Amino acid sequence: MNNSVTNTARLLWAGLRALLVLTLVTGVIYPLVVTGIAQGLFRDQANGSEITSDGKVVGSSLIGQSYNLPLKKGQETPMPDLKWFQGRPQNGLGTNSVNTRYSLILSGATNRSADNEDLVDWVTAAKAAVVKDNSVNGYTVKPSEVPADAVTSSGSGLDPDISPQYADIQVHRVAEKNGLPVDRVEKLVDDHTEGRTLGFMGEPRVNVLELNTALRELLAKS
Amino acid sequence: MGPVLAGVLQLLALIAALALAYVPLGNHMAKVYSSDKHWRVEKWIYKGIGADPNTEMRWPAYLRGVLAFSAVGVLFLYLLQRLQGVLPGSLGFKAIDPDQAFNTAASFVTNTNWQSYYGEQAMGHVVQTAGLAVQNFVSAAVGIAVAVALVRGFARSRTGELGNFWSDLVRGVTRILLPLSVVAAIVLVACGAIQNFSGIHEVGQFMGGDQQWNGGAVASQEAIKEIGTNGGGYFNANSAHPFENPTPFTNLFEIFLLLVIPFALTRTFGIMVGSVKQGYAILATMGTIWVGFIALMMWTEFAHHGPAFQMAGGAMEGKETRIGVGASSIFAVSTTLTSTGAVDSFHSSFTGLGGGITMLGMQLGEIAPGGTGSGLYGMLIMAVIAVFIAGLMVGRTPEYLGKKIGTREIKFAACYILITPALVLIFTAVAMALPTPGHSMTNSGAHGFSEILYAYTSASNNNGSAFAGLNADTQWFNSTLGLAMILGRFLPMVFVLALAGSLAEQKPVPATAGTLRTEKPLFTGLLVGAILIITGLTYFPALALGPLAEGLAS
Repeated sequence: MNNSVTNTARLLWAGLRALLVLTLVTGVIYPLVVTGIAQGLFRDQANGSEITSDGKVVGSSLIGQSYNLPLKKGQETPMPDLKWFQGRPQNGLGTNSVNTRYSLILSGATNRSADNEDLVDWVTAAKAAVVKDNSVNGYTVKPSEVPADAVTSSGSGLDPDISPQYADIQVHRVAEKNGLPVDRVEKLVDDHTEGRTLGFMGEPRVNVLELNTALRELLAKS
Repeated sequence: MGPVLAGVLQLLALIAALALAYVPLGNHMAKVYSSDKHWRVEKWIYKGIGADPNTEMRWPAYLRGVLAFSAVGVLFLYLLQRLQGVLPGSLGFKAIDPDQAFNTAASFVTNTNWQSYYGEQAMGHVVQTAGLAVQNFVSAAVGIAVAVALVRGFARSRTGELGNFWSDLVRGVTRILLPLSVVAAIVLVACGAIQNFSGIHEVGQFMGGDQQWNGGAVASQEAIKEIGTNGGGYFNANSAHPFENPTPFTNLFEIFLLLVIPFALTRTFGIMVGSVKQGYAILATMGTIWVGFIALMMWTEFAHHGPAFQMAGGAMEGKETRIGVGASSIFAVSTTLTSTGAVDSFHSSFTGLGGGITMLGMQLGEIAPGGTGSGLYGMLIMAVIAVFIAGLMVGRTPEYLGKKIGTREIKFAACYILITPALVLIFTAVAMALPTPGHSMTNSGAHGFSEILYAYTSASNNNGSAFAGLNADTQWFNSTLGLAMILGRFLPMVFVLALAGSLAEQKPVPATAGTLRTEKPLFTGLLVGAILIITGLTYFPALALGPLAEGLAS
């Protein structure tokens, strides 16, 4: 009995020493070495692929943002600022319930199933809004033209991209609100449309922050 | 090019990459576990541990090593989280509550990486890198060690000795996981995954004002998260988060990483038992199921049945634009057929049948190709069962790889395949019968039931993905899921090692004309059939109540 207790203790002691040594190797040295290499070789990427415009950081090309009007008094849900290209809905973004010290961007999905009534309502409302917002003088969006990404939330809730189709149906609205010719805005979208990597990986997409930044620079020039 | 064709091409590219890595990595791993030379670094490590790496262990000693190391791991990780409030480098985050700390400790030590916390909102640098990421390495190395011990059981005769646990553990880290992770992490950073220690800081926004980011050692953790089939994300959104998985290329690369060791281990197995063809037969079984599941998944996701998706015109809810439906389907199947559980799209928002495919993938026991190590030993147990079934048909004592599958061996194998279904079904039934656990559901009806069935399936099979609508941060779920993970990891290992010991003691039986040729396609067919039928019968009633009911209704 006594013997087996000693043996167990010896074994656990060996286990603890193994864990501590391996923690040093994989939990301290490894991340520090990778960070060193990353900061040395790929400084931009390692720090979040920030985009600057006019000398100011306006966000990361990898993280989606909202382009809303400031909240009016008593208003709870902000209205989109239709001057700018809009990204995907973000119904999945929860509020920070874990600690109140920071207001970090929190990633997450809605996790609603295909037969969930909330989701059906959200999609229906989003579709109606996309049709209404983007149907401007002489240009009508048909419900069947609205792509799926325009009315659904992404997995991260931080999707930086929209599909080229969704960007295309926003062109007339953005042109009108900014007093730009349609073909100018169309060209801007084309310039910022990225195809599949090597022609087959992923899906074609338009980065909304890069597009809006370019739009703002265009407006400043004209 | 349409999205379906692009999806198929991505699958083909993935298969080509895996095929290229198969021989070199498989050979390398066989050498790692057969060599009697120790690297200088490893000698220092053994000195630190105070263990002699050359002592051969019989199965009880090997098992005691696994259990002691894992028990210490759970305790250490638990304490690290409980002490987070006073540790430096914690970014001001509080200590994690006891039930959640237990759940998370059990989760990472068992290679599950179920997460009932929000990574970016709860865990500081020290817990992430020195706690969670360390277990990503060592839990994977333990898995490979146990698999290698079983392979040695087949390969060795008249000894009962299975190798040295400490040596297998350390070599798995230093010679396989660490080198692969360094390379993979740097590739990920180059593509945009972040790697810094800037902590919580403000970054300007387009419309004015600031957003708060939590910067950390993400790429280094992401690499081992996939390579070790762990799956615990730095951020809540896991591999859907652009800082973890920034581009379509990194998405395919991450799928490659989580599959490469489990598939290549079949080559290691073949070499170590002296016939690479035996490895090919196991590989073919894994590959058949994996490709079949991906085909089914793509079909149902592209068809996007269900009211909300019909309205939207595509199953893009919970999926990222850059990744799309096709690659998300490949990721979802690969992560649930291995023990990874990382997600680049949210399974709860897949179609009813798509969600069912992810669940069935885990319920097969995660053997196609399965977790690092656990996939191979799980599949070899199924091979023993298949050989036994074939033996019953012709009425002779079954044998596999020159070893008799007698009463003792088949008892161990049978116990192994009963454990996880028992855990899944009993825990699910109890949770459904009690009044409060159901309050955690986000969706109602069949999908609500699926959320709970998925949770226990994922925990007991050490997967870690979720129908994440379930609010699992309750005392009930933290405790029972934690328990399911520990039992679902270590009880099967007991039977695997017992079986290995029993096989290693035998003397080999020469192959005769009546021996079942286990390297032939016929055996692969038998094995696929045995896996699908055994699992199908076990889980069919539960699946009929959840995903099948939902899928057929839409």
